[in-house]
Amino acid sequence: MKQFLKTTLLVAASLWSVASFAADPTVPLDEAKIDLHDKASLQRGAQLFMNYCLGCHSMQYQRYGRTFEDLGIPDDIGMANLQFTGEKVGDLITNAMPTEAAGNWFGTAAPDLTLVSRVRGADWIYTYLRTFYVDESRPFGVNNAVFPNVGMPHVLQELQGVPRKTTEEHMVDGEMTERYVGIKTDGSGMLTPSEYDQAMLDLTNFLVYTGEPMLLQQRRMGWYVFGFLLVFTIFAWLLKREFFKDVK
Amino acid sequence: MSNAPVDKGRRRFLTVATSVVGAAGAVGVAVPFIASWNPSARAKNAGAPVEVNIGKAEPGQMIRVEWRGQPVWVVRRTPEMLASLEGLADQLRDPNSEEPQQPEYAANLYRSRKEEFFVAVGICTHLGCSPQYLPEDFGEQVEGVKAGFFCPCHGSKFDIAGRVFAGVPAPYNLVVPPHYYIDDNTILVGQDGEQA
Amino acid sequence: MKRLVAWIDERIPMTKTWNIHLAQYPAPKNFNFWYLFGVLAMLVLVNQILTGIWLTMNYVPSAEGAFASVEYIMRDIDYGWLLRYMHSTGASAFFVVVYLHMLRGMMYGSYQKPRELLWVFGMLIFLVLMAEAFMGYLLPWGQMSYWGAQVIISLFGAIPVIGDDLTLWIRGDYVISGATLNRFFALHVIALPLVLVILVFLHIVALHEVGSNNPEGINIKKPKGSIPEEEKPKFKFHERFTKKYDIVDAFPFFPYYVVKDLVGIGIFLFLFCYVIFFAPAMGGLFLEPPNFEAANPLKTPDHIAPVWYFTPFYAILRAVPDKLLGVILMFGSIAALFVLPWLDRGKVRSIRYRSGFHKVNLAVFVVSFVALGYLGLKPATEVYTLFARIFTFLYFAFFVLLFFYSKNENTKPVPERITK
Repeated sequence: MKQFLKTTLLVAASLWSVASFAADPTVPLDEAKIDLHDKASLQRGAQLFMNYCLGCHSMQYQRYGRTFEDLGIPDDIGMANLQFTGEKVGDLITNAMPTEAAGNWFGTAAPDLTLVSRVRGADWIYTYLRTFYVDESRPFGVNNAVFPNVGMPHVLQELQGVPRKTTEEHMVDGEMTERYVGIKTDGSGMLTPSEYDQAMLDLTNFLVYTGEPMLLQQRRMGWYVFGFLLVFTIFAWLLKREFFKDVK
Repeated sequence: MSNAPVDKGRRRFLTVATSVVGAAGAVGVAVPFIASWNPSARAKNAGAPVEVNIGKAEPGQMIRVEWRGQPVWVVRRTPEMLASLEGLADQLRDPNSEEPQQPEYAANLYRSRKEEFFVAVGICTHLGCSPQYLPEDFGEQVEGVKAGFFCPCHGSKFDIAGRVFAGVPAPYNLVVPPHYYIDDNTILVGQDGEQA
Repeated sequence: MKRLVAWIDERIPMTKTWNIHLAQYPAPKNFNFWYLFGVLAMLVLVNQILTGIWLTMNYVPSAEGAFASVEYIMRDIDYGWLLRYMHSTGASAFFVVVYLHMLRGMMYGSYQKPRELLWVFGMLIFLVLMAEAFMGYLLPWGQMSYWGAQVIISLFGAIPVIGDDLTLWIRGDYVISGATLNRFFALHVIALPLVLVILVFLHIVALHEVGSNNPEGINIKKPKGSIPEEEKPKFKFHERFTKKYDIVDAFPFFPYYVVKDLVGIGIFLFLFCYVIFFAPAMGGLFLEPPNFEAANPLKTPDHIAPVWYFTPFYAILRAVPDKLLGVILMFGSIAALFVLPWLDRGKVRSIRYRSGFHKVNLAVFVVSFVALGYLGLKPATEVYTLFARIFTFLYFAFFVLLFFYSKNENTKPVPERITK
């Protein structure tokens, strides 16, 4: 048995050292410091979403009422300031843009964003929102560093200002190549770069929330379940020990 | 195998304790299964309180709205209709609304918050048909009473406050749903409001 | 109470069944950690059936409604997320415990005579379980559901002559569509669970007919009259077991192994609940990120990988450059396990008394299986494919080598009795 385990571990260890990971994405993702307890941030994120995203993107699995409740927004204030579609507070966050028309306007229908954080991850969203740059060759005049040739205009430009890609010359295999460094704006936006980063973090935070609106409740319940299991396992263990006195 | 005597008390205690904790766990596991049968957020939204605009209702007119999938009537009663409610007591099964078919604030002669407006779920308490509103011709059903509700399925009869007549199949008065006046022109059906 | 029991016993063999299978069932006294996984598999099966029934109450089996109905369960139903996570985590947990259960059988020779049928029933359970999991994974109708099913159904296209017609017949359409979804749903919620429960029943019937093996691989049934009275266990075993044999080194399954299993269940539930409440997607292994995007027949995700429990077999499939041969080898890797009782010609059961070569052989097999599982998750680069080929070779080498060396294996003497 011991020898078996030893061999298994040895072979496994030698395998592990050979295994390597797949190629990284071209642009490194910035870490989004998500905090679902930060209701102020979530509220600001919701406001950004309703004002800038909902025009094209729906959030068709999430309800206004649930969102207001989870974010600590009273229903009447939420309905007056954040609810642009639907009639009742319990309605789903849908949008008015017909899918087919969107397909014609943008080449592709704007995806629903309810679950985008579960598909892409928070870091990707956070980085994506901050890496639009001017590229005259694209239909909307902008491109994106983490989503090349994206079919979406930079709707947040009024906040960020006009973003430009900065690169540096770099020698690879004896040839000069351009390497992506980052995004610089011309400062014409309503927000400073650090304010813009915070706003995008808020928006990302909100999208992470809508991906898993039950997450906080889920984790809280998890601790109660652990507490119960601890008690149960201890009793079961004492019981087992007691009964095994018969057979030891 | 040792022959040490078995501590029966301790063994029984641990058996009972583990069983009780296990049973508590089983109850806990049952919670999500049972709770998932509650109305979902979608059902609750569909059944959310409904606003009814009564500003344009003519005397004698009935407005029908849907609340929780059921027809809800709002009838603006004429003074004549209201007057007809008195003196019917001996023909009715429950003239004083003693059965809990209405919120407390509607347990009065008119079965309403405001005399003029009668709000009721338009479903017969017999087998669930929707009765007809007869503002003029109810006399054919009950002599001397001009307006009322008549259920064509099995002939149940109700007066203009939804009180059931004796001698018909329906056992109870029509249900008055929770409702309140947001303002003079608007009723919210489905909530008692703060006035309750 | 006594009268009630007597009343029932006259009509159905309740007490007798309880005694034969639990209170007077002789279980070898040396069961270890590895003997927990059978019970855990039962627990997970119950979990899957219960949460599955509850999920069908709100799931909509149609191409238009499936994805939205899953999100409806996750958001609009009270505790719907918990029921769904219990089911999705249970699917992976099922394979974890079943793989460990199978490894236990391989280590201690639980498939050897007279437990060949027991093993075959177990393998059938494994096969049905794979079909169940595969069809269940289509139901959320996400991108991975769709494209995973697309790839796996296409495997049948490799079969000569009838392949294309067969895939068309399985899908019921020219692509995977609502028709496919509906038939998979019917099989997943009714047909396969029914078969599974019947097979589990037969598995236990077979086990209790021949008796449980143990880590020493020593028979606890001795010839009648060969054991002196004072060496027999002090417990009462059912006469069904003692009529023909003297039972040694055993105690009743109930209460002893029941209370022991309770501890194991408690510990297992810690891990299980950790995943449910804190990591239901398990870093993309249990719930893959692209599956949170509704199925789109016009857009393939960048990497299509089956869920982790299929990846060892998927890696074998990809390792072979020829489509038909790949499919044959993939099914062969499962078929080899089926015939394991006849490939192993040894007489010694437990790995504890088998040759060092066998120990190394089994260890290499385990590592190959895990490595193939890892490689199946990764894109097929040149290096990975090379490794996949090596491990595929080692996987099959286990069976071939076993067949040859087991006949005249250099084993250690097996003790008469369980002493540990």
